[in-house]
Amino acid sequence: MPASSYDTLIFELSSPGRFAYSLPESDVPESEATALLPKEYVRTTPPELPEVSELDVIRHYSRLSRMNYGVDTHFYPLGSCTMKYNPKLNEDMARLPGLARLHPLVPEAAAQGALQLMHELAGDLAEIAGMDEVSLQPAAGAQGELTGVLMIRAYHLARGERRTKVLVPDSAHGTNPASTALAGYSVVQLKSDENGEVDPGDLERHLDEDVAAFMITQPNTLGLFESRIHQITEMCHAKGVQVYMDGANFNAILGITRPGDLGFDVCHFNLHKTFTTPHGGGGPGAGPVGIKAHLTPFLPVPVVAKTDERYRLDWNRPQSIGKLQAFWGNFGMLVRAYTYIRTMGPDGLRAVSENAVLNANYVLKRLEAHYERSAPGPCMHECVLSARRQKRLGVTAADIAKRLLDLGFYAPSIYFPLIVEEALMIEPTETESKETLDEFCDAMIQIAREAESNPDLVRAAPVTTPARRLDQTLAARQPTLRWTPSR
Amino acid sequence: MRYIPNTPAQQREMLAAIGVSSIEELLVRIPPKARLSRPLNVPRAMAEPELVRHLRGLSAENADADRYACFLGGGSYDHAVPSPINHLILRGEFFTAYTPYQPEASQGTLRSIFEYQTMIAELTGMDVANASIYDGASSLAEAALMAHSVTGRQQIAFSRGVNPLYRQVVETYGEGPDLRLKSVPLGDGVTDVDALRKAVSANTAGVVIQYPNFFGCLEDVRTAAEIAHAAGALLIVVADPVNLGLLEPPGAMGADVVVGEGQGLGVPLGFGGPNLGVFAAKQELVRRMPGRLVGATVDLDGRRGYVLTLQTREQHIRREKATSNICTNVALCALMATIYMSLVGKRGLRKVGELSTAKAHYAAAEFARIPGVRLRFGAPFFKEFALQLPKSPERVVKRLLKDKILAGVPLKPFDRQYKDSLLVAVTEQRTRREIDAYVAALAAAVA
Repeated sequence: MPASSYDTLIFELSSPGRFAYSLPESDVPESEATALLPKEYVRTTPPELPEVSELDVIRHYSRLSRMNYGVDTHFYPLGSCTMKYNPKLNEDMARLPGLARLHPLVPEAAAQGALQLMHELAGDLAEIAGMDEVSLQPAAGAQGELTGVLMIRAYHLARGERRTKVLVPDSAHGTNPASTALAGYSVVQLKSDENGEVDPGDLERHLDEDVAAFMITQPNTLGLFESRIHQITEMCHAKGVQVYMDGANFNAILGITRPGDLGFDVCHFNLHKTFTTPHGGGGPGAGPVGIKAHLTPFLPVPVVAKTDERYRLDWNRPQSIGKLQAFWGNFGMLVRAYTYIRTMGPDGLRAVSENAVLNANYVLKRLEAHYERSAPGPCMHECVLSARRQKRLGVTAADIAKRLLDLGFYAPSIYFPLIVEEALMIEPTETESKETLDEFCDAMIQIAREAESNPDLVRAAPVTTPARRLDQTLAARQPTLRWTPSR
Repeated sequence: MRYIPNTPAQQREMLAAIGVSSIEELLVRIPPKARLSRPLNVPRAMAEPELVRHLRGLSAENADADRYACFLGGGSYDHAVPSPINHLILRGEFFTAYTPYQPEASQGTLRSIFEYQTMIAELTGMDVANASIYDGASSLAEAALMAHSVTGRQQIAFSRGVNPLYRQVVETYGEGPDLRLKSVPLGDGVTDVDALRKAVSANTAGVVIQYPNFFGCLEDVRTAAEIAHAAGALLIVVADPVNLGLLEPPGAMGADVVVGEGQGLGVPLGFGGPNLGVFAAKQELVRRMPGRLVGATVDLDGRRGYVLTLQTREQHIRREKATSNICTNVALCALMATIYMSLVGKRGLRKVGELSTAKAHYAAAEFARIPGVRLRFGAPFFKEFALQLPKSPERVVKRLLKDKILAGVPLKPFDRQYKDSLLVAVTEQRTRREIDAYVAALAAAVA
């Protein structure tokens, strides 16, 4: 059966009395729930879960999987997301029983291996970022941002300063203003210059005693290194403003430059981008945060500490901002990132970024005659093109993205950054070969030609995917957010 | 170099095509003083066999639930993980896909999330569930923020029966919006209803209770709902969905929001993460909910399909006005839970609950026969209970480690008034033989 014709929900496979579980019979004397629990607590209407066989489950989810594009099956040039290959070795290591089957509340003496791994990973990330300390607790980039901004807030408050604003460029990821607002700050948007860079003059006008932090992405979301970064961080520090680096684009700079050396006070890492933990269709990720020493008192609890060759969780941190999740971080993701860093070593990590930059520039070079560039000069690990020219022919960035799906590629990020009209943001990553990049560029060039010769073909795409274009308006107007049984 | 396919010849070819002679020339925008002039000081690269040996060594130093009888709970539970889950999630099309922003090429992920939302709504007894939050604690924090934004009020009446680790997370998230948590004490293991009534006022945005609570006891959700609603506040119930195959769902007892840790639904213990933050609510709250939602629609040919919907709540559209800053969540853990719930089905999940509660009650009765040991609370419990011990719980835990028993969670770090108590969880995985061995070892340890 072709993937596209399978239109069944697991509930629709259900047949009363069928089951796929294998649970032991009770080996204790009393096992009647009604005899053990007050009857008002015992469920009267069973949840409408499916009754299916194991093969039903295997076949259903195998079929669903075939309706997805993943890095394992398709080139995935999604800008800002670093869709690189996720090594299989990482998966084996994350499944070692002492790591996967370890309860978070075992006594510290019974978790020395896990704590050692966390301590070493935090040390490696601190070295990679040029920071003094790293908290591994945040579950994803956005939570890392919240953690970092809350530490900045606690720092200012400890100095008796009630600052109220955070500056964020208009080219920033949406999480930056959202996390900042959640931390209780008002967000002031700065206008980028024509290269998507921070305009120091504009920054100067906005820096005052009410500004707590300036949050920027380095390299920025146009894929360019902010070359005036030292000037920027010095200007901020002169006004007592902390500088936060969104680490979404860390894959461009491993071993080449370090946020800490550029003057950043805080940065986060997306382990699911730079450090090869899988994206899983939308997480889990991990968003560790690196900080300079002056922010150490405010780290989330507990901190993994080492004393005399023993590892422990240090809870005694009176100025801590508190906790971000119940336990210690997305440990399974930390194991994968640790495995990756140990696999690559210092030279390997630098080669990652060099090849990521090389690949992005190669794509940029091959496509610049066919699509408008958003900025001059070489890019870092990703390039942002504009479909402005194609739009005049009636073909949008979204149409180009959909047509790519038909040609066997996932799409670039589109309409981001917001400051580029009809943006196509392409991040090839270092794990793709020149051959794959050439195939992708050939497809992009073909689409540019089709936009001129046969725009309807592009506008009608995709036609080979498991679904054609979907009605977003209908979905939002009358939200159907669950399957409903016909009882 | 491992994972980097470009050969030196190809690199030269690409550089020539770009029109530069070295990668260095591509890095011209990075000023010299910004450059790292030495190699990173991280350990050298290891070959696969040595790395495997190294990690096996680290793994072997931990007391995992394969080699030890695990009676630990407190928010993470050793429920069985059926084999097909790992096989299915490792399919690269699921595993290595991004957030389903291009729905035509992401129908597999989208449909599985739609199924997940349905199952969670069914289990919790709520109208709608989102695609997931990071973990139970951050999900509760999001619920508290939602109650604040829906009601415009600052105060959260927070039962002391809620996991204290969750409380810390709510306090951290509440820092910016200035949420005020008002503690509601316990009576004999459950929230003191009179104290709750006194704590709730016209300033209360939400009432938070946990069911069963941190100490394993069953809370009176219906009364909490009446008290919350009489004050115009939302009732937020923290519940472990794996228990709701057997327990009456909070939605049927008046909850407005149900959040919780879904790790028990097929997600490995994993030293506490990644976990699965469950978030479900009443229909009228849907446009105030945090996180991603998948909705049904049709494609151009009129065929059923699924998309991310109501995205105007989210950060990538609304930026600082979004209902939450969450972006990446835990989609793969939600998929694990979906497969789990499909495998065990409605009867299997009930049986998981029955076995867990039966074994927990058997264990509790046996422990209570040990001289000096008693159940700390008199309230009805489910699969977890607190034991009051005549000796330091920390010492007992340490001693039983030698017998390959993870005896429980000492309560002292969580609440000093229970410093003589140990929190014990029993799931369907524990055998009578393990329980009996634990009882004997505990009797010896406290004698």
